[in-house]
Amino acid sequence: MSRSASGKEILSIIRPNGAGKTTFFNAVTGAYAPTGGRVFLNGCEITGRSPDEVARLGLARSFQNLKPFAEMTLLENVLIGREIHMASGMLAAVLRLSAFHRDEAEQKCRARELLAFVGLEQRRDHLARNLTYGERKMLEIARALALEPKVLLLDEPVAGMNPTETGFVMELIQNIRRQGITVVIIEHDMKMVMGISDRIYVLDHGELIAEGLPHEVRANPLVIEAYLGGGVHAAPH
Amino acid sequence: MCRWCSWGSGDCAVSPLFAEGSSAITGLRVRTVNTVLAHRPLTIGLVLAVALLLPFISSNYLIDVLTSAILYAILATALNITVGLTGVLVLGFIGFYAVGAYTTGILTAKFALCGFWVALPLSGLAAMLCGILLGIPALRLKGDYLAVVTLGFGEIIRIFLTNLNGLTGGPNGILGIKRPSLGFFPLDHPRDFYWFVLAMLALIVLVVARLADSRYGRSWVAIRENEMAAGALGINVFRKHLLSFSLSAFFGGIAGSLFAVKQGFISPDSFTFYESVLVLCMVVLGGIGNVVGSVTGAPLLIVVPEFLREFSLYRMLVFGAVMIAFMVFRPNGLLGSRMITQEIKDREDAAP
Repeated sequence: MSRSASGKEILSIIRPNGAGKTTFFNAVTGAYAPTGGRVFLNGCEITGRSPDEVARLGLARSFQNLKPFAEMTLLENVLIGREIHMASGMLAAVLRLSAFHRDEAEQKCRARELLAFVGLEQRRDHLARNLTYGERKMLEIARALALEPKVLLLDEPVAGMNPTETGFVMELIQNIRRQGITVVIIEHDMKMVMGISDRIYVLDHGELIAEGLPHEVRANPLVIEAYLGGGVHAAPH
Repeated sequence: MCRWCSWGSGDCAVSPLFAEGSSAITGLRVRTVNTVLAHRPLTIGLVLAVALLLPFISSNYLIDVLTSAILYAILATALNITVGLTGVLVLGFIGFYAVGAYTTGILTAKFALCGFWVALPLSGLAAMLCGILLGIPALRLKGDYLAVVTLGFGEIIRIFLTNLNGLTGGPNGILGIKRPSLGFFPLDHPRDFYWFVLAMLALIVLVVARLADSRYGRSWVAIRENEMAAGALGINVFRKHLLSFSLSAFFGGIAGSLFAVKQGFISPDSFTFYESVLVLCMVVLGGIGNVVGSVTGAPLLIVVPEFLREFSLYRMLVFGAVMIAFMVFRPNGLLGSRMITQEIKDREDAAP
């Protein structure tokens, strides 16, 4: 299957049933080696690169099964995302040179901005393990944004959230796009997907069956069939 | 104003996130993993003062025991980098201690190539080299498998030392390793040597605590907490693992060098698996991942058994019972960790 995401848009990948989408994310970000196909980011091939290389090249992701650093504070969690932007070395850290203090203070400030962006600034000194499910999701988004990625992959960002939280996330995603970041979303929540996507790709059994604007996809007979089963008379041609 | 939010009235002057140039520096006070040093200056100072004054009221024998305890505290501090901070279980850590001790023994006594002050850093580097050579293949393994490999390393080192007669003196070891002198001031008296070793401990704890409270320590803890997430955030997990492993080995080697000059005699018998376990117990007892905690575990496990010499037959029995009790009642170790303090803080915050 071939996917491309051009600049500054929100792109969603949907699929009627579970398997396949997260695997796609894992293959793209280097967590799994893809068995076939190639992945490009800004014209640069990233196929088969390690996850940390892919991240440094500008592809950030969140996880469907949340993976916050539980025994670290929220601020420290986000600071891990800033790690690739930190320049001060080991000697500076041991001798507490001014370069170290400058680096730390600057990155902490930026980490706080990101926490504020996702609405968690007040809780920056709390441990991630004490967050609610929704808050953890927000933390993961802040952490991924700390990389200053070109493309952000979100794996089911609103799964398990109530309508208020979903609304907040939708607004958040639109704000992220406004920063010039392409957002790729895997999601089951159709209301959310239809609401914010610029383009939608529909996968079924690993094949791309439809793509286009939300209203096009919604009307696509193949999509309807895939979602509702063969019982619906919207025969493919 | 921040491009990400409308928030900007706090004490952190908000600058455009992606803009070049520095953000305004703020006096953020964040409790990071190991800022215990900074947060309890009075306690630390008091403990240090007591440690400094102890030799005046102790017999030479007791000073010797205390010196051993400090050496073990250095070992525990070193091991804590891998086991505590990075979450990598190492079971043969004493191998690095042995490499350091023998490097000093061979260089200063066996072949008398150089003095202690040259041998000391070389001992650290030799152990570090072993750490790197072991780490490059071994760190590709995970968890228990890696632990078993390191256990094998510790045993291999000991067997090597026993059999490499020409270099290590075999089972007879190396004799006549001299105590160093500080300029013209010899450190022959147990009390002087004790202070020297104490200073080394303080230095190493400071270095490790500062590393722990920097981006290095943060990445180590992140890897410990979740390797996959750390990788997805651009952290080269293997390289950070190797860094923590080799640093651990380096300080282990330094401790070994100090051990060699303390004893004046080294043999493979000093570097058994039991010692590795002992050091691991100190890390666990003091509080895994807590730099200062590691230091508190060592005196407990060295000094207390000395006072219970009459019951030495039951030492391991008591040992086991104490460790189990700790795991049950204080899983975070003697000093606890911020996990507990943080929870209290959270509870206070939750209360209106």
